[in-house]
Amino acid sequence: MNTEKNIKTLIVKKPLKLDCGKTIKDFPIAYETYGSLNSKKDNAILVFHALTGDQFVTGINPVTNKEGWWSYAVGPDKAIDTNKYFVICSNVIGGCMGSYGPSHKDPDQKIFGTNFPVITINDMVNAQYNLLDHFGIDKLFSITGGSMGGMQVLQFISNFPDKSKTVIPIATTSSHSAQNIAFNELGRQAITADSNWKDGNYTSNDTNPGKGLAVARMAAHITYLSKKGLQEKFGRKLQEREDLKFGFDADFQIESYLRYQGSVFVDRFDANSYLYITRAMDYFDLAKQFNGNLSEAFKNTNAKFFIISFTSDWLYPTQENKDIVIALNSIGADVGFVEIESDKGHDSFLLDVPDFLSAIKNFLDKSYEEN
Amino acid sequence: MKNEFQVIADLIEKDKKVLDVGCADGTLMKFLKDNKNINIRGLEISKEKVQECIAKGLTVIEGNAEKDLKQFPDKSFDYVVLSQTLQAFLNPELVLDELLRVGKKAIVTIPNFGYWKVRFHLLFKGTMPITKTLPDEWYNTPNLHMCTIKDFFRFVKSKDIKIFKSLALNNLNSSIINESNLGVKNLFADLGIFLIEK
Repeated sequence: MNTEKNIKTLIVKKPLKLDCGKTIKDFPIAYETYGSLNSKKDNAILVFHALTGDQFVTGINPVTNKEGWWSYAVGPDKAIDTNKYFVICSNVIGGCMGSYGPSHKDPDQKIFGTNFPVITINDMVNAQYNLLDHFGIDKLFSITGGSMGGMQVLQFISNFPDKSKTVIPIATTSSHSAQNIAFNELGRQAITADSNWKDGNYTSNDTNPGKGLAVARMAAHITYLSKKGLQEKFGRKLQEREDLKFGFDADFQIESYLRYQGSVFVDRFDANSYLYITRAMDYFDLAKQFNGNLSEAFKNTNAKFFIISFTSDWLYPTQENKDIVIALNSIGADVGFVEIESDKGHDSFLLDVPDFLSAIKNFLDKSYEEN
Repeated sequence: MKNEFQVIADLIEKDKKVLDVGCADGTLMKFLKDNKNINIRGLEISKEKVQECIAKGLTVIEGNAEKDLKQFPDKSFDYVVLSQTLQAFLNPELVLDELLRVGKKAIVTIPNFGYWKVRFHLLFKGTMPITKTLPDEWYNTPNLHMCTIKDFFRFVKSKDIKIFKSLALNNLNSSIINESNLGVKNLFADLGIFLIEK
């Protein structure tokens, strides 16, 4: 799945104790950078990707040959301007774009599969922290990410309170809800019900559980969009036909669209990684790490927070983002918040939503001027 | 910047922590931040205005004062400012209580319904007054609870709220309001500015 030559990798020598109790060492973190680090090393932004993202934030992803997942937001003269800032993003551990994950081999040269240790959001950010040492960065200018990326943002600043000047969690939550877990479980069940999954011991691309993974992606994709957005884009429009066919082919455009989304996803994503990463999201409960008091997670940081949600996001709704704002306000932290009007659902943060992009740009550029 | 904001800014010492409730486009916030080194936060209900504040580099939370002030701890700001908005809340008394809980002191300004032009308008025209500080028609005004300087003065006294300073503003002139000149100020000021504490 990986075209190794296009992937930059940092081998982390230092042992990392995982939340599950196991320790990993000499493991790879695959990363990519955009822009250049200035001589003061004060212009670095660490971007965290979401469930199915990777380190290829913008430009053409050399592995998939498609646009990077945050091309609207990151690049020269864009909201996160790579003429000005040095953007770093790495593939999460448990992922499938070069970082240590279930498709890697164990010390006995056997592919891990489900023998890979279960990882958490906390493990992901602890692993990525090694990139700061690698680049000799004492303090980041900003950390940002949407969805699971936002969870990593919150965990990172909690673990390393003085390592970023600004913090931008987007369309996220401090604790995965029952509904979030339910949707992830649906995806995992689709994968494990595929007979090609073989308890995670599939090896070649011919026998991988692509059908199950495609169904998982289709179900998840619905949760990223809003009812209104779907209705406006597809309505009841038929797919290249005049009338209903009284069968089970894709009569409707929405069916065809979801099937397409499922099929292209399996070409670039590993089913076991999907299990591991969704598990990490489900285990995420930052308040629980601090005996139920979310404010405690942020009490040691002086960072400037800017939290963004979207009106039509029902997966990580505004209220869950506001709960983070409330936790920060209750300890007098420097926190701004805006809910962006958009009918594009949870996916709004990945799309061309001008109010969102200008808010990020203004926040970053003004904060950098004050440096 | 309008004169009202200059008067408010003069009431606030340097280096304080201030919350501007209903901060609109952040004009007052920016002035306080740049000129008095104020650690300033804003609360604003309009998404467009919040964006304008972000573009000015200000820390603003999109929210509704009637619901969202409760997240701030007691006395967490030196001053809480509420400019010409009290009359627009469903429950102004509750908001006033919240301002005084969150702020060590509060600065509240009110458009004065006792201003002579307002009285004149209603008396002679027989229609709802429209003035510089009350620009809207009766059917589209956000104002629900209009009051006069005298009303507000008596209201805060009845609630045992301490008035540090009360100022009457008319065009560019501000003057002190006290018990003895209350009637006159209530007639000739179009805006009242109150520095209060509970």
